[in-house]
Amino acid sequence: MEPKNPVVDYLRMDRIPHIWCPGCGLGTVVNCFVRAIKTCDIPRDLISVVSGIGCTGRMAGYLKLDSFHTTHGRPIPFATGLKLANPKLKVIVCSGDGDLFSIGGNHFIHAARRNTDMTIICVNNFTYGMTGGQVTPTTPIEAIASTTPYGNTEEPFNLSHLAESAGAVYVARWTTFHVRQLIKSIKEAVQKSGFSFVEIISPCPTLYGRRNKLGDGLEMMRAFKEKSTVRNGADTREVGLDFKGGIVCGKFIDRERPTYLERYNERMTARLGASYKPYEGVL
Amino acid sequence: MAESKKSKEPRGKVFINSELCKGCGFCIEFCPTNVLEFSNTFNSKGYHPPAAARPENCTGCDLCGIYCPDFAIFGILMKAVA
Amino acid sequence: MKADPKGVMTGAHFLDGDHACCEGALAAGCRFVAGYPITPSTEVVERIAARFPAVGGMFIQMEDEIASSIAIQGAVWAGAKAMTVTSGPGFSLMMEHIGLAAMLETPCVFVNVQRGGPSTGLPTLPGQADMMQARWGSHGDYEVIAFCPNSPQECFDLTIEAFNMAEIYRVPVMLMLDECVGHMTEKVVIPEADAIEIAERRFTGAKPGEYLPYETNGNWVPPMVKAGDGHYFHMTGLTHDERGYPVMNAEAQEKCVHRIVNKIRENADAIVRLREAEIEDADVVVVSYGITSRVALKAISMAQAEGIKVGHMRLVTAWPFPENRIRRLADQGKAFVMPELNYGQMYLELERVVQGRTRSLLVPHGGGTVHDPEVIYRKIKEAVQ
Ligand code: SF4
Repeated sequence: MEPKNPVVDYLRMDRIPHIWCPGCGLGTVVNCFVRAIKTCDIPRDLISVVSGIGCTGRMAGYLKLDSFHTTHGRPIPFATGLKLANPKLKVIVCSGDGDLFSIGGNHFIHAARRNTDMTIICVNNFTYGMTGGQVTPTTPIEAIASTTPYGNTEEPFNLSHLAESAGAVYVARWTTFHVRQLIKSIKEAVQKSGFSFVEIISPCPTLYGRRNKLGDGLEMMRAFKEKSTVRNGADTREVGLDFKGGIVCGKFIDRERPTYLERYNERMTARLGASYKPYEGVL
Repeated sequence: MAESKKSKEPRGKVFINSELCKGCGFCIEFCPTNVLEFSNTFNSKGYHPPAAARPENCTGCDLCGIYCPDFAIFGILMKAVA
Repeated sequence: MKADPKGVMTGAHFLDGDHACCEGALAAGCRFVAGYPITPSTEVVERIAARFPAVGGMFIQMEDEIASSIAIQGAVWAGAKAMTVTSGPGFSLMMEHIGLAAMLETPCVFVNVQRGGPSTGLPTLPGQADMMQARWGSHGDYEVIAFCPNSPQECFDLTIEAFNMAEIYRVPVMLMLDECVGHMTEKVVIPEADAIEIAERRFTGAKPGEYLPYETNGNWVPPMVKAGDGHYFHMTGLTHDERGYPVMNAEAQEKCVHRIVNKIRENADAIVRLREAEIEDADVVVVSYGITSRVALKAISMAQAEGIKVGHMRLVTAWPFPENRIRRLADQGKAFVMPELNYGQMYLELERVVQGRTRSLLVPHGGGTVHDPEVIYRKIKEAVQ
């Protein structure tokens, strides 16, 4: 018997080939994601993937898991409802930098603050690919986008620092070059109880790379390899990204905080006494 | 050492689904033992898929499979094939 | 199915409309509520927050109304019955997710305790000017169901109805209170749990791997699943096929929209709820809803005292609009008077259906208080001249 690609069982192969461009890092992310999920100690049936809108927003639709392609910027509040209604579910949000940090930024910081038990996987390609390459809150200063034709002048977010400040218990950054580390991080993040965050720097050759003369997907991958350094435990204040600058990768934060539900049940029990049955879901 | 390796059966094998390939070249670039090259043939979408130019070097590490954004290639250990 | 007694506060109570709405939700089996504070609706979620821990429900105050209106949909896909509660400005923020619920066919309830608008308007005073927004607020074509209670008792009863309709038709249901009804305190009788009929969610019997989310088998409404049951189903707000997969063409669009619109239109007569009085031999029918229906009664009795034959039709459901009934009355030559706390919203529907065959008169009002019955009475007289 011809051996089978180890990831295809977790993909909706009836939708492959996917819509992503040649050299786009998103397929690699999906590939790593599946490998991480497969080796997790979480039953497949209990995993739900929620995406917003955009190129990364299409991730949910290719994964053969319970999967939700929601509205622009809102996968985190959808995931919050899913998780709180059935806390047995492992809820993973996969979306892009524009979706999660521009239109959806408010939801990100509040879910981190609450320490809702969910994993956020942000594919950061510094642009809105689906709509033609506009500037996002992570586009580096100077970088050209279709809406910053003379170069971006806005300070970008340092996502790792933002996540840490808002309360995330797990924060890591890798590029699509660091596939093995990425798989390990996704697995750790998904198995971590609380709000975990993995940022993945990924090439968008079509709309970010070409406009900024960074070459095709492969050349962008080579640049990730050359310019990245691994510094686990790095101070997140120091890992901001510059245009064409170095990329600090690693697991930056791994700490413990009570989750939203843990605190909730603790409080209700303290206040309502033995009559309170700890909340385990609506069903 | 190198000599003895060569004379042995390759440790791994790559499988390529040419039709899924979009020709990004990730697998060729990041294969640690330099097994792959672009082939001269086109698939039906007009991309050059990779081919195992040096199959004897394959260790079955599946790095090509992990990098591939299009699920068009993977490597496995010979042990697993048999 | 009968209501779960855990959520049913059987007995006679003295409640305001907001609190009665909360009790209705509990009786209906709602166990997930997400909301954001906004006057004059906040009392609903305050009571939910206090009541839920004892019944195993989960209330979360989200960061805004946008989040609230989609958190409830996540909860529904995990198997919950869920609602959110708001007022004008918050309702405006929720519009995109009313569309999402329509597109995914997510059963859920949106409560809007209407205040004066536009914009921040009159936070503490009544309005009825979100009626068209409830129907058309999200982009694209879709249908919703909307209820308009006119008393705390109805806030209880119709909240249950709203949840039931949401399940039967897999549609977002609007519960359109107004500030007066929300803050009015009256006797509310909550029956025994086994006297309350609850529509259960219809889950598929298909085995994992065989379920197609939008396969209707000739019915209007396909069965559901929930996350965690091994179906590996996909939901998308994009136009989709039976599998739930995105399909970007006019044919798929037609199929999608046709059903989400017509599952309501074709069942409109089964959904519409009206209360009518003295309609049969009336020359004029006063059509009203919510708090305005109570004010209208005064005007009607003033006119009746003068021998004018006036009937009363109350829209218990505003959407779908009772076209067939109104058309029949217009065919009989009856005139219409419609007071509402806006400058003509449901009235546009009335005019559309009457098509100028008989007289239909609007009694507009900017909101902030209720109509002076005298003004409605004068319109009734004008209608019979
Ligand atoms: S536009 Fe950019 S992000 Fe989108 S698929 Fe193409 S390369 Fe990937």
